[in-house]
Amino acid sequence: MAKSNKPIVWSLFAGGGMLSAFVTPVLIFITGLAVPLGLMSLDSLSYDRMLVLAQNPIAKIVLFAVIFLPLWHAAHRLLTTLHDLGLPKGRIAMTLCYGAAALGSIAAAVVLLRI
Amino acid sequence: MSRKPYLRKMPKSWWLAQRRYTSYMAREMSCVFIGAYSVLIVLGLYRLSQGRAEYGAFLDALQSPPSLVFHAAALVFALIHTVSWFSLAPKAMPLQIGEKKLSGGPVVLAHYAVWVVVSAGVLLVARI
Repeated sequence: MAKSNKPIVWSLFAGGGMLSAFVTPVLIFITGLAVPLGLMSLDSLSYDRMLVLAQNPIAKIVLFAVIFLPLWHAAHRLLTTLHDLGLPKGRIAMTLCYGAAALGSIAAAVVLLRI
Repeated sequence: MSRKPYLRKMPKSWWLAQRRYTSYMAREMSCVFIGAYSVLIVLGLYRLSQGRAEYGAFLDALQSPPSLVFHAAALVFALIHTVSWFSLAPKAMPLQIGEKKLSGGPVVLAHYAVWVVVSAGVLLVARI
């Protein structure tokens, strides 16, 4: 039987879809709307507080998951949607989508490890 | 595979032809905002790693009108993703006990219940 990377791609897509279904709306609300608009205190996202969070090993893993899984979910969905919009699902589209997700994941890991 | 597969011509705006297609495209396009938001978190953490002043500038940028417009749109699409994801859950994982297939309703409701608890939990932690 031919080897396929489908199970890996699909589980990342499903895992990322599940995670972002549960946490992305509330995170966008807090960081992008509630705090900037003053509905929530600026202290919620203060430098000292975020630094303590990002330096905690468990929080690092959680933060990485919250970045990494939705990113792969988005890359996979974008690839299939580009196909629906008439762009061939060729090597270039695949490299761009998954490559961007890989770069983003590596950047997240490097930044989290260096904080 | 045949050497010249037949490809039917599709207008680029096919997804505007029917409401169902448009909501399908809205669901699919949620990924652009979800991916962009992940990149934004990486950027925020990077600014955090640079120091207090740089992170302060990042927080200021979050208050700019373009950022607010982006996040408002991102929230709408994130909610479209959540609702469509939950409604697909019982179809992706149909539950069966013996011969009996369970209806999807309770599965969808359970997802919403967990979502409310998770969101409330994140909000509580963020406020402290």
